[in-house]
Amino acid sequence: MLRIRLIVFALAFLGVLFLPIYANAQGTLSVQVKEGELRATPSFLGKIVDRAAYGDRVNLIEERGAWKKVSLKNGKIQGWMHSSALTTKRLALKAGQTNVQTGATQNELALAGKGFNEQVEASFQKENRNLDYTWINRMETFKVSPDQMRNFLVQGDVTPSSEGGKP
Amino acid sequence: MKKHFWITGLIMSAILTITACAAVEQATTLATVVGQTAGVISPTQGEAIRKSTVAVSKSLEDFTPEQEYYIGRAVAAVVLSKYPAYANTQVNQYINTLGQTLAAASDKPEIFGGYHFLVLDSDDINAFATPGGHIFVTRGLIRCCPSEDALAAILAHEIGHVRLRHGMQSIEKARVTEALTVLATESAKTLGSREVAQLTQTFSGAISDIANSMINNGYSRTFEYQADQASVVLVQRVGYNPEGLIDVLKIMEKKLKPGGHDFAKTHPAPQDRIAEIRSHNRTFSSVAAPEIRQERFLNAIARI
Repeated sequence: MLRIRLIVFALAFLGVLFLPIYANAQGTLSVQVKEGELRATPSFLGKIVDRAAYGDRVNLIEERGAWKKVSLKNGKIQGWMHSSALTTKRLALKAGQTNVQTGATQNELALAGKGFNEQVEASFQKENRNLDYTWINRMETFKVSPDQMRNFLVQGDVTPSSEGGKP
Repeated sequence: MKKHFWITGLIMSAILTITACAAVEQATTLATVVGQTAGVISPTQGEAIRKSTVAVSKSLEDFTPEQEYYIGRAVAAVVLSKYPAYANTQVNQYINTLGQTLAAASDKPEIFGGYHFLVLDSDDINAFATPGGHIFVTRGLIRCCPSEDALAAILAHEIGHVRLRHGMQSIEKARVTEALTVLATESAKTLGSREVAQLTQTFSGAISDIANSMINNGYSRTFEYQADQASVVLVQRVGYNPEGLIDVLKIMEKKLKPGGHDFAKTHPAPQDRIAEIRSHNRTFSSVAAPEIRQERFLNAIARI
């Protein structure tokens, strides 16, 4: 009896140990940035082949350093995303938004659109009418494409020693 | 009794072995459930262990990039209430091309809303970076930069503050707990007016914590040295000469006025920063930047 108990326990213990590995093997990640970019090559200068929206689920295909090759839901388009754009947490979007995830547990603290969000910002602005967001909205429109970055480096005779991110 | 001791030890080692926050929670839940089934710990004890693990894992990590972005926007608004924007398209375009290229090569190239740069219309020698990736540099600081390599180093230092989450770390611990407690209890539906009021209060508090250390008191010396080192690593990766950082610090040393409300107040003295950088790195090459690079730099900042 004691032996059986011990074996059951040892198996459970092994299960606990390998839990994180098993979770990774499933290979589904969430996009945690406003506009995720899928690139042709695992490099910050890589051409953008597609975009993924906040909260989108992607399937992990391959990993190379800080870069992950993923496919979007339909699996047709594949591309490289930097790991900082992805999270293993599931980002349950608010009702009314697309891609709603149901069955989120209370332990999923990190939920998209929760906490400090647009609603809180609006309320904060109402209380701080001296604060002007005009230039913040404007500066957020300043965007530089990988092509522009490549040209900028070439024209300035700047030669990257590696292609970004920790190897 | 001996058996209980052994099993408890196993449970504890299971908890300790897996150190990642989320994994700990997962592991704790499983280990305590297993413990209860084996009759080693009572259900009440199990519940208590689970609860305390949840409380411990309530940390900065639980703020989503989306929330850091909204915090960043508000901090940026506070910065712009102290210094007006410099509405010069040419120079803003230039620092965005340079800055976003550097950010893209950093260890944290992807943040919720991306990195964006803006010049501030002031003679003060100052720069700021919000947790949301809004990076500001004054005209006064750009005037201290003799080359693109030097300006790159300044922007890379600010990118370093974002990556190392120095802004987020200046939020008081009690406020972090408070915010995350509201988030944990909040229902999945749209926020009610009471929750919004509560969150706005916590939000305002977090904004003043960050603005206070960023604008008034400065981060710790350690944070500044860390950002300098992050800058050295990043500019080299992109292909700039880190000696540019030393160049701009030397000019800053001459230009900073004692008692000023800028870097004179919020940053370690330039000579201390230089000494710290030198102590962590081999001697940088003193090769001058190619003429073509220097030319475009001088053109871009011609009217600064």
